[in-house]
Amino acid sequence: MTTIPAEKKWLSQLQSLYDSILGRRWLLPVLLVLGLILSFAIPQFNLVNQYIQLILIYVGINIILTTSLNLINGYMGEFSVGHAGFMAVGAYISSILTTQVLPDAWLAWSFPLVVIAGGLGAALIGLVVAIPSFKTRGDYLAIVTLAFLMIVKSVIENIDAIGGPRGIPGIARLTTLPWTYFWTVAAVWVIRNLIYSRFGRGVLSIREDEIASDLMSVNTRQVKLLAFVISSFFAGVAGALFAHVLQFISPRVFDIIKSTDILIMVYLGGIGSLMGSILGATIYTVLLEVLRPLGMWRMVLMPLVLVLLMIYRPRGILGMREFRWFVPLQDLLGARQWRKKKEASDAAAS
Amino acid sequence: MVYILQQTLNALQLGSIYALIALGYTMVYGILTMINFAHGDLFMVGAFFCFIAATFLKLPFVPTLLVSMAGVALLGVLIERVAYRPLRQAPRVSAIITALGVGIFLENFTLVFSPYPQSVPQLIPNISWTIGGITVSSLQVIIILLSLVLMLLLDFLVRRTMVGMAMRAISWDKTIVPLMGVPLNLIISITFAIGTGLGAAAGTMYSLAFPVIDPYMGILIGWKAFIAAVVGGIGNIRGAMIGGFILGLVEIMVAAFLPSTYRDFVSFTLLLILLIFRPYGILGKPRPQKV
Repeated sequence: MTTIPAEKKWLSQLQSLYDSILGRRWLLPVLLVLGLILSFAIPQFNLVNQYIQLILIYVGINIILTTSLNLINGYMGEFSVGHAGFMAVGAYISSILTTQVLPDAWLAWSFPLVVIAGGLGAALIGLVVAIPSFKTRGDYLAIVTLAFLMIVKSVIENIDAIGGPRGIPGIARLTTLPWTYFWTVAAVWVIRNLIYSRFGRGVLSIREDEIASDLMSVNTRQVKLLAFVISSFFAGVAGALFAHVLQFISPRVFDIIKSTDILIMVYLGGIGSLMGSILGATIYTVLLEVLRPLGMWRMVLMPLVLVLLMIYRPRGILGMREFRWFVPLQDLLGARQWRKKKEASDAAAS
Repeated sequence: MVYILQQTLNALQLGSIYALIALGYTMVYGILTMINFAHGDLFMVGAFFCFIAATFLKLPFVPTLLVSMAGVALLGVLIERVAYRPLRQAPRVSAIITALGVGIFLENFTLVFSPYPQSVPQLIPNISWTIGGITVSSLQVIIILLSLVLMLLLDFLVRRTMVGMAMRAISWDKTIVPLMGVPLNLIISITFAIGTGLGAAAGTMYSLAFPVIDPYMGILIGWKAFIAAVVGGIGNIRGAMIGGFILGLVEIMVAAFLPSTYRDFVSFTLLLILLIFRPYGILGKPRPQKV
């Protein structure tokens, strides 16, 4: 009898514990409710200090941005670099509503509507950007989205009524932890359901082979349009939340560097994986804050980590793999049956 | 009329800088089908090498240019060796993200050593001539002539020499050509050296024409040069030159006749319109899609 080394044993115990947790899918709603309670309790009783609360809000916003960009870049396989543009549209529409249109007394209850308005505005722009994606792909679509980002920035800079290059100061701080939590969960939930719907299969088929999916009677135009609209809607939502926590927006906030940040979070976590997006956004945001004592060296170290990660794990942390709780039960069962059948046929063949 | 001619001269100056940077994008793309997003930041590093050589080493113009080009070419080869080569077989987006990471690294590494914008000393005596109402400065003449010479040299290299033939062959097929005895890695290194060296030349000239430099200057100019490369048809060397000049012309003309804040808006809208009618750029050829 071979003796298992102590650490191996410990590891295998951990593995089985992990497996048994993953097997209990009912934990997911429990955890979600727990998170909701926590998101109310943390600001109420000041469980953690203000700084950490702020980081939590940023993590939530970044998760929304990352999952929504993952829909286009990861699941649909396009390369969009204009996500900060959609974010800017959402941020500006919502900030104009709260600072100039709505009376102050209404702000508290109308905030969710304002956020939705920001999202809808961004979705409308997403509709326009989706049209060039019918014909162009790859690098040329990247240029189209980049040009769109520059145009949005330039248009905002040229409209004096919304502050022009000076931006909008003095936005009320309406983004709270419960609202961030709600929108984060909503974004992940909606996109997860889309991915595993019939529409989602269409999105995946476009990534694998657009011509083939067209031949298999996937309506690629409709799928692309919907994917862009939904992705930009959530980018707009994130922009609205972002504006109401930063309390000041200007065109400079939403430049190409912001887009690059979101791209990095997507590819750090791994394309085609919702859990990857969540992890990528969380790790990137938290790591940047943890490294803050390093001062300016922080932003020197961070890209080095990214390059090393890309060299040793080119698909990101969880590239193309999904957290088991996010996969629908029938898919899991189907995969298990398929594996059993294959094992049986392999055994029969050998 | 004089005004238009004067602006055309300015457009030639800006356009030649864009064209030189766009060449770096298009060469790397042609040979590796990879967008080197760190290229704009290499342009910035070129400007900083020029600043160091001119301020601390007190070199005159030509040695400064050579130091900057050689330094950035070495850096470009090093980046390719360390960061891009391990990813040659990886998914394309991983290489793009790596390039973005390298770019951020270069920006912030420079920022650590130079937190404030620096001003570059004047290396070329500023003489201006007036010909028929048009003012021509010595700097403009040098920038335009030097970039034309560099572009002609590059065109000669790519079309008439063995190295150029190897480059074209590799951009045609990366699997078969190395089997014919073409040293793949060496040719890719040479491509990177030439491309980034041209970017550094652009950086040097830019920092002489607009003497205040900062670590983030490469981002916007780099993206714009990338757009110039796409307008010309990415992967096409003559296309990149044409694209650079077109972009320079559009930007200067918009700034000359409209409020200058409209510059980005108009030039990017024109880009979108152009891409609708010629989705593969001016000189680019659509690649047949295999089914």
